[in-house]
Amino acid sequence: MTSAVPQPLALVAEITHRCPLHCVYCSNPLELARRDRELSTETWSRVFREASEMGVLQADFTGGEPLARTDLADLIRSARAAGLYASLITSGMPLDEHRLDELVRAGLDHLQLSYQGPREESSKEFAGANAHAQKLHVAKWVKDRRIGFTLNFVIHRQNLGQLEEMITLTEELAPGRVEFAHVQYYGWAFANREWLLPTREQLDRSLEILKDAEERLRGRIRVEWVVPDYYAKYPKPCMGGWGRKVLLVTPTGDALPCHAARVIPGMSFENVQERSLKQIWDDSAAFRKFRGEDWMQEPCKTCDRRAQDFGGCRCQAFLLAGDAAATDPVCSLAPKRSIVAAILSEVNSAPMQTAKQPDWIYRPNPA
Amino acid sequence: MTPELTMRPRLAPGCRLNEKTPEPRTLLMPERALRLNGPSLEIVERCDGQHTVQQIITDLQKIYSKAEPKKVESDILGYLALLHDQRALDFEPESPARTP
Repeated sequence: MTSAVPQPLALVAEITHRCPLHCVYCSNPLELARRDRELSTETWSRVFREASEMGVLQADFTGGEPLARTDLADLIRSARAAGLYASLITSGMPLDEHRLDELVRAGLDHLQLSYQGPREESSKEFAGANAHAQKLHVAKWVKDRRIGFTLNFVIHRQNLGQLEEMITLTEELAPGRVEFAHVQYYGWAFANREWLLPTREQLDRSLEILKDAEERLRGRIRVEWVVPDYYAKYPKPCMGGWGRKVLLVTPTGDALPCHAARVIPGMSFENVQERSLKQIWDDSAAFRKFRGEDWMQEPCKTCDRRAQDFGGCRCQAFLLAGDAAATDPVCSLAPKRSIVAAILSEVNSAPMQTAKQPDWIYRPNPA
Repeated sequence: MTPELTMRPRLAPGCRLNEKTPEPRTLLMPERALRLNGPSLEIVERCDGQHTVQQIITDLQKIYSKAEPKKVESDILGYLALLHDQRALDFEPESPARTP
């Protein structure tokens, strides 16, 4: 490995955990941050300036629901003033045209609107809220303004049968870009995994449909997707490598290498209220822990792919194999691959028709 | 798609050049960023909804006068088509674009 510290490209600004939705696959940690502990507008402004000075190009505003912060326009304005590209990842609730105009005037570059599926029942079942009709309004308002627009459909076992309907809805709403994101199994999704993980047959069919849509919509809508890595031959290069391209700041100011890093025991994360973002990125134990290759075990240590996938995901290695430094068990070369194989075998042996009604664990709203 | 010479390429909504200087110029777009230099920057700077494809070709043939003009033209058409496929670019029709 080289000893130079890499330069981060994106800052994930998780500005609040408050959210009107209760998605069963929410990527937030099981322990949610309270409103009275959220960072101030001024601290976020400093974080954006520090991020920009470090070479970060983009700020992704996420949550929870970022719209829950009444100072969102000010935060976007300060990110733009710092020289960052400002992207909002939102459920579209609560939003009206007046507030959208305020965000656009503040310099919002891009809005990503999440959907639970193509129908009203989808949001009711998977987000525990009636959100679909509002999202359709938001999509129309965004189209009327000159900002980037992405639709994001979270797909899984329970809604993959409606994938073609989702593509039809995408064509009607005509965003510049659409993401079909198979659920990744962390946080609330890990808790609900048995109801979410698709069968092999569903996955294969979904990839056929998506490849067809990509081809058909080329030049009109950019179609992208994320596959569930339990089915992959090799792991995903999680976050582009630990402490390598992306950093995340939580609502209370902890700087993390990824959304899920808190699940790894024995890790402590430094806070932007105590040290600069650059000091934390360069020197903190958490960011150095799995940076580079020194931490790797076999087979990663000598694997030809180690500079491509960085051994996969550290959080997943801990969640599945109980060892955050192990090869990601989704890898076909992993010593602990049998754990994933057993999960897949169970999912694929239970016929969908006889599966009982899901017993969801819904994500609550923090105080 | 390959653009007509009379079309006026314009960066798509959500796509813009970074404002910071003297950083390397970068085309920022949803979830991605493209470092630009030399000809790619010369091309993108002209994707303003005002220049036609023909004007961009003529300009670059002057700037890169040592290069084979046909090669410059085909490289530009290929690059514009690529950016269009990535939804970084809209091809406005022949009449001059309205200001946003």
